Amino acid sequence: MIGRYPISPIEVITVILSKILPIECDNIAETVIFQIRIPRIIAAMLVGAGLSISGASFQGLFKNPLVSPDILGVSAGASLGASIAILLSLNLFYIQIFALLFGLTAVAITYFVSRLVKSSSNLVLVLSGMAVGSLFSALTSFTKYVADPYEKLPAIVFWLMGSLSSVSNKDLLVVIFPMLVSIMILLLIRWKINVISIGDEEARSLGLNTKKFTTLMIICCTILTASAVCISGIIGWVGLVIPHIGRMIVGPDHRKLLPATLSLGASYLLLVDNFARALTTVEIPLGILTAIMGAPFFIYLLKKSKIGWS
Amino acid sequence: MLDVKDAAFSYNKNGCIFEDISFSVKAGDVLCILGSNGSGKTTLIRCICNLLKLQSGSVSIGERNIKYFGERDLARYISYIPQMHNPTFPYSVLDVVLMGRTPYLNPFSAPSKRDIAIAKSAIDSVGVNHLIDKPYTEISGGERQLVLFARALAQQPKILLLDEPTSHLDFGNQVRVLKIIKKLADTGLSIVMTSHFPDHAFIASNMTAIMKDGRFIDIGNPDDVVTEKNLKKIYAIDVKIVQVSNGKNNEIKVCVPIIDQ
Repeated sequence: MIGRYPISPIEVITVILSKILPIECDNIAETVIFQIRIPRIIAAMLVGAGLSISGASFQGLFKNPLVSPDILGVSAGASLGASIAILLSLNLFYIQIFALLFGLTAVAITYFVSRLVKSSSNLVLVLSGMAVGSLFSALTSFTKYVADPYEKLPAIVFWLMGSLSSVSNKDLLVVIFPMLVSIMILLLIRWKINVISIGDEEARSLGLNTKKFTTLMIICCTILTASAVCISGIIGWVGLVIPHIGRMIVGPDHRKLLPATLSLGASYLLLVDNFARALTTVEIPLGILTAIMGAPFFIYLLKKSKIGWS
Repeated sequence: MLDVKDAAFSYNKNGCIFEDISFSVKAGDVLCILGSNGSGKTTLIRCICNLLKLQSGSVSIGERNIKYFGERDLARYISYIPQMHNPTFPYSVLDVVLMGRTPYLNPFSAPSKRDIAIAKSAIDSVGVNHLIDKPYTEISGGERQLVLFARALAQQPKILLLDEPTSHLDFGNQVRVLKIIKKLADTGLSIVMTSHFPDHAFIASNMTAIMKDGRFIDIGNPDDVVTEKNLKKIYAIDVKIVQVSNGKNNEIKVCVPIIDQ
């Protein structure tokens, strides 16, 4: 029903069933559904779920409800990677690979910079993340400055606004397994996120190996965010706000919060992506819509109910 | 149970926070450390639970040096109640107490029914049953301190370290906490606490240390150690120690500051 090529729900079911039952179906519809729509639906849900769960985990880890998943510089790094790839006229596959690698590199730099400072405080991590993030952002601006303003500059700007319009099955295959594994690990350790969220020292005195635990969490969240960014571009706001909505619904306990953010994030981004591709005749960049729809809704929730942190 | 030998610590090469600290605590002992602000009490406590590493000397539990314990291992022996803090997320009291079960959980597991039962009985033993579902951020300071005691008990430790357990509490809650400390010591727990109230050493401890400029200048039975002379040394004020009857054929000592008019 939604989209440029009209397919009725019955047709959709017929096409999907034709894969297992011997039913005749329309070839174009089959291509649209299996090559474009299903990958896009899966990608929207994966990206939404991944950004949200890593946002919730980071907010717990850093004991700060204002933290978003790109706090350690992953989005800034990915942006630079993608911009460089576009600047070098590489194809989509390389844009994604560059985004992924640069995102991971940025977080690795943040992590090692923070280790240089003799302090176990997570505040140092956040501050290093800000420094590395702004360094990479400056370099991204530089690539925009030198980019050809008729062809490459718009491509960079559009990529940075975020979109799922070009997601293919091949892209999904690259990111789906690391993302699912990271989500699984975060879900498995979700009770211990409660423990680390009361403070590094107290968590240590309660018997948690906070160094290993923090590193594990950073790796999982970074893989999730970097993978999400590399197939969708920069989609802000989801990772910050979905955890808050989750907390308003199920409370602060990460045992309930993480599963809740997972499904809220997946549903939210799927919904927003449907608007992005169907609201007007031209696709609206996803990153713009997530904020336009999310911000007022969040303000409404803030006004209506308890915020779930103090 | 707990042996501290020649312990010394400094953050950098110039300034020593404490040095030459030795004492041992047996099961059922309550050691109360008195000292002025900045005398190194908190740092010493943090070294004992391995949050800070000693520069020299050793802390051992049953002859085994704590530097050979892993976090989980150590947390089964020692629980530590830090000074008041403000948590970010409003976990329920039960969830906070459950965190005390961390040292008994595998890396990927969450508390079981048995852990919940242990947490509930810990909550019961400090008498805050009515708070069990309340958000930890919305209860009073005194109640929070009791909840932290419950969390420490859920850890089922042998040694309890308390950093100023009675600061920020009203008079009644101070006494309630001291009562709990005594009760826990009677069950065989070794307790090391710091305090700013010399009276509390008389009420709750059977061993008192006087700490000044990073050294123990005296340690022993509170009756011998908490003296007008020692208090003058650490607080630089005149204190009179008097005995009062508690009405049950028992004398207790109290400290009264003397202010010249």
